[in-house]
Amino acid sequence: MFRGANNMDISDLRALATVTTVIAFTGVVWWAYSSKRKSRFDEAANLPFADDEQHEKTSQDQEKKDHE
Amino acid sequence: MSLSTAATDATTTYNYTVVRQFSIMTVVWGFIGMLVGVILAAQMAFPELNFGPYFHFGRLRPLHTNAVIFAFGGSALMATSFYVVQRTCQARLAFEPLVKFVFWGWQAVIVAAVITLPLGLTSAKEYAELEWPIDILIALVWLSYLAVFVGTIMRRKMPHIYVGNWFYLAFIITVAVLHVVNSAAMPVTLFKSYSAYAGTTDAMIQWWYGHNAVGFFLTAGFLGMMYYYVPKQAERPIYSYRLSIVHFWALISVYMWAGGHHLHYTSLPDWAQNLGMVMSLVLLAPSWGGMINGMMTMSGAWHKLRTDPILRFLVVSLSFYGMATFEGPMMSIKTVNALSHNTDWTIGHVHAGALGWVAMISFGAIYHTIPRIYGQINMYSIPLINLHFWLATIGTVLYIAAMWVNGIAQGLMWRAVNTDGSLMYSFIQSVEVSWPGYIVRLIGGIIFLVGMGLMAYNVWMTIRNAKSVTDAPVTQPA
Repeated sequence: MFRGANNMDISDLRALATVTTVIAFTGVVWWAYSSKRKSRFDEAANLPFADDEQHEKTSQDQEKKDHE
Repeated sequence: MSLSTAATDATTTYNYTVVRQFSIMTVVWGFIGMLVGVILAAQMAFPELNFGPYFHFGRLRPLHTNAVIFAFGGSALMATSFYVVQRTCQARLAFEPLVKFVFWGWQAVIVAAVITLPLGLTSAKEYAELEWPIDILIALVWLSYLAVFVGTIMRRKMPHIYVGNWFYLAFIITVAVLHVVNSAAMPVTLFKSYSAYAGTTDAMIQWWYGHNAVGFFLTAGFLGMMYYYVPKQAERPIYSYRLSIVHFWALISVYMWAGGHHLHYTSLPDWAQNLGMVMSLVLLAPSWGGMINGMMTMSGAWHKLRTDPILRFLVVSLSFYGMATFEGPMMSIKTVNALSHNTDWTIGHVHAGALGWVAMISFGAIYHTIPRIYGQINMYSIPLINLHFWLATIGTVLYIAAMWVNGIAQGLMWRAVNTDGSLMYSFIQSVEVSWPGYIVRLIGGIIFLVGMGLMAYNVWMTIRNAKSVTDAPVTQPA
């Protein structure tokens, strides 16, 4: 039974901390796994390879020049 | 060896100078720190090797921990974070003068540690032994590091901040907070100070710092490394970017509370001990989430392990990470801890993490980076990397197996009692039983150190082959 704001003790604080953590964790999971953000994350996941494409492009350009 | 850096426009190339500096110092400090470790292992097996006072175990031990964690590990983190943040943000490092200060300031801190610790100048806080003038320099270097890192992220050309940079940034911010709070002290003289905290509070703050030095310096930072180098070396994006986000938030929010497990059965209040234990158990989930994310990145690319020893380093480091992060929560359970506390088991656990995870992922990352920043395609010798891999693996396994055996033997002997309640064994009997383990540990350590020596040779030869060194141009958005 809720004893009112004036009578809160340490157990209420503990319960509140648990509830807050569960909500925060669920929120993070929902945010990460929502389909809205899928393409954004796919883009981000490929960031380490952005420099490879650049490298390949320059070498392809070079090849083209070589053939000309 | 003549290195001519081509004239370059300050914003159109990446700053590889600092990456080169930190990469080389990673190898140098790695060898020195591990050499001191081998000397300590020899002193444990042969106590006659304690030449006092400067060459005594008690003086050299903090030198070893500082050298491997902050000099070797710190240089590896700074080298790779500066490399990764530039390449994934496609921007040159911000604040050029601060970058130089970060490198030279950090080296000055390490040299100061090498001088003051053998002299016995210490605040006696584990992993935070350095006295207050050096602590102030560390804080200044660290805030500069933070400024450079954040400044570079703000220069990025794309909307996303790659997840590896999240981990690096969390590591930098948290270590700043931990260091400033735990090192707060009242100076008495230039080389002597007293902690700002007293008694149990001091112990709790020390282990809040100490465990998060593990959690953020030795875990979050190196996970930043993992999230760049594993995908890069395996040539495929991380298994699940979504999992990496959940991994990040779960890991950083849980690690903070686990430090209490260092103070089981002490005057720390029971509830704080229990909190430390429960949070340590919860920590298994995010730790393994990250490990699985790295491992699954390999699916479809496992065959590359046959030919690529660099990838082997990275994958085996993840295996040791998974093992150590399973062992850690188990050891934090109070009943298990009653057996393991103050025994060699703890030292074995630390080295499963330090040699197996931290050192091995750094080796993989440095072997990946060195040729790229010196304009080479590969390291001087791939077979030598392979040999280094096997030496490192065998050395680590010998080390931790010896310490498990010793630790469990010590724990059991210390608490064995006769029917009348008297102790069954004297302390020195447990030391005698530990001797073979100390020898095996010494052998494992020497094998690991030889591998580190091979790496130094391989890096030296790679750099020698680099006739002229140019910084790569900043990648332009497609």
